[in-house]
Amino acid sequence: MDEIRLDRLTKRFGELVAVDQANLTVGQGEVMCLLGPSGCGKTTMLRMIAGLEWATSGDIWIGGKRVNDLPARDRNVAMTFQFYALYPSLPVQDNLAYPLYAENLSKAEIAKRVAQVSEALDLKSILKRRPHQLSEGEKQRVAVGRSIVRDPTCFLFDEPLSRLDIQLRQTMRTQIKEVLTKLDKPTVIVTHDQIEALTMADRIAVMQLGKVEQIATPHDLFARPANLFVASFIGTPQMNLMPAGVADVGGPESDGSVSARFSLLGETISARVNNGVAALGSGAKVTLGIRPRSFEFANGSATDCLHASVDLIEPMGAEMLVHLIEQGVDMRCVVPSATHISVGDRVSVRCKSGQLHVFDNAGKLVG
Amino acid sequence: MSERREVRAIGQAGWGRTLGAGIVSLIYFFPVYFILMTAFKTRPDALAMPIKFFFSPTLANFYSVFWRADIQGGGVTNSGFSLYFFNSLFISGTSVTLALIIGTAAAYAFSRFPLRGNDTYLFIILTTRMLPPIIAIIPIFVLFRVFGLSGSYTGIIALYTAFNLPFSIWMVKSFFDDLDRDIEDAGRMDGSSEWSVFRKICLPQIYGGLAATFVFAVILTWNEFLFALMLTGTETRTVPVAIARTIGGQVGVDWGLMSAIETLFIIPVVVVTFLLQNQLLRGVTFGTIRK
Repeated sequence: MDEIRLDRLTKRFGELVAVDQANLTVGQGEVMCLLGPSGCGKTTMLRMIAGLEWATSGDIWIGGKRVNDLPARDRNVAMTFQFYALYPSLPVQDNLAYPLYAENLSKAEIAKRVAQVSEALDLKSILKRRPHQLSEGEKQRVAVGRSIVRDPTCFLFDEPLSRLDIQLRQTMRTQIKEVLTKLDKPTVIVTHDQIEALTMADRIAVMQLGKVEQIATPHDLFARPANLFVASFIGTPQMNLMPAGVADVGGPESDGSVSARFSLLGETISARVNNGVAALGSGAKVTLGIRPRSFEFANGSATDCLHASVDLIEPMGAEMLVHLIEQGVDMRCVVPSATHISVGDRVSVRCKSGQLHVFDNAGKLVG
Repeated sequence: MSERREVRAIGQAGWGRTLGAGIVSLIYFFPVYFILMTAFKTRPDALAMPIKFFFSPTLANFYSVFWRADIQGGGVTNSGFSLYFFNSLFISGTSVTLALIIGTAAAYAFSRFPLRGNDTYLFIILTTRMLPPIIAIIPIFVLFRVFGLSGSYTGIIALYTAFNLPFSIWMVKSFFDDLDRDIEDAGRMDGSSEWSVFRKICLPQIYGGLAATFVFAVILTWNEFLFALMLTGTETRTVPVAIARTIGGQVGVDWGLMSAIETLFIIPVVVVTFLLQNQLLRGVTFGTIRK
């Protein structure tokens, strides 16, 4: 079975640890996105899978074979580069055929495969052109074509859409996703764009400073971020993270949740949270995470509310982003555009039930 | 650079500027023109004062480049210039080609597989061109005597190859340095060996640069005088040396003859430059207009 498995993979450049003990498995037909800010080691990790960088320690398994010591050309891995890396001196058809030359296929077979790929990716009209005569979108399609023309064990994409404009990006995203679904191979996509990751990936590995922080499905990543970094990195606008204290915790219920009260901005709010919070006990310092869309406006007499002043309103079409300020703490909430508020108003906001995230002192999700 | 910058089409620079450029070009071209003109003059016309700009042209000078009238007997002898022209072509062509091949290999190695102290090596290579050649002439002369290379093709070709190497290595390395490494990595991913990466991916991208390097090296070598004077013999003499020997005639300088030789002498360089001019332009502007 084709799969990519990384086992305690580490890469050092002198003192710098670019990738630190990364464990990752990408199953057959699975699309894994490596997501993180620049310099987090995601591209280095991809290049190690490709065989363009040697691992300092740890193992890389592709299709059940340990490939650490194999050079790139013997790994049978296809890769699409950020700047496409088309061969500038060759016309499109030779660019597409290039990977096949190394496989010593017959001329007829090469022509057949090139025809298939150019059909699938709509490249027929530009086969005779050279890379410098292509638009960005065409270059991207040729680059994808070159990687799918042979039958590799797995696919790697380095920032595949970063050079395209927004509209083209959406079309290409769909097109790449369709192609990948048909091919049914393990695929690793490196990106710093979370929308790209959330829409294309089956699972996402969020990386920071060389470490894999969390591997989860896009939904889980959003709903249950494992730590403060993931919480703040995933989701736009950013999650509100506010220092708070545990006032008291009730006993565990049968469904694994507990009822807890938190002191926050001089007020006390109660919420049902995961029973991990119970272990902290009352008085513990925590960070509460509330997504901007988890806030709802309440009338003044409602319980469990925070009170704050409206500082700034940014219209976003159907919704608007409202900045609230209270005791120097900034809170962002997204509400329907129809909401009647204006700058300077005192408002009451409440976290929707079940959407409160609690992080302990070390920044790990507990409830 | 702003995208809205106005770019004038060729020929739209205005009459004043065109005229100015024309005058400057004429000043530059005048010595060449003077030689061309003299090559077609009879001896009295060539020496006439004031300078004659209108005269009846003759091809006699070109004839006497190759055939000299005997002083006695009325026959003609071969002047040896056909051999000297062959020597110049053969020696420059071979040494520049060799320097380019070796230089390209070295440049690729310096660019892609840097050694510890890479820059130091590159600097040392360049220092050989920092001294005036005349400083090296005596030791080289002695070396040639010891190894029996004086007057041989092997000797002068080896010397010119060595002479052209630093230039070739530095120039070609800069072209390799400018290439996008991802393209090579793509080649590796696509199953290319390191040799294929060099031969099929890197090299085709710098053909323009190689052409530029070739032309510059040819011009330098073609005109080289000092080493040729000291180290070639009668059989391997190059044209610049032969021209110098023509000056010392028994009956004063034959300016018409000399101009004819020079006219013939610049033809190969002009032809090479003309044939490679598109490549040349691409090569010289390499890296400045991409991306």
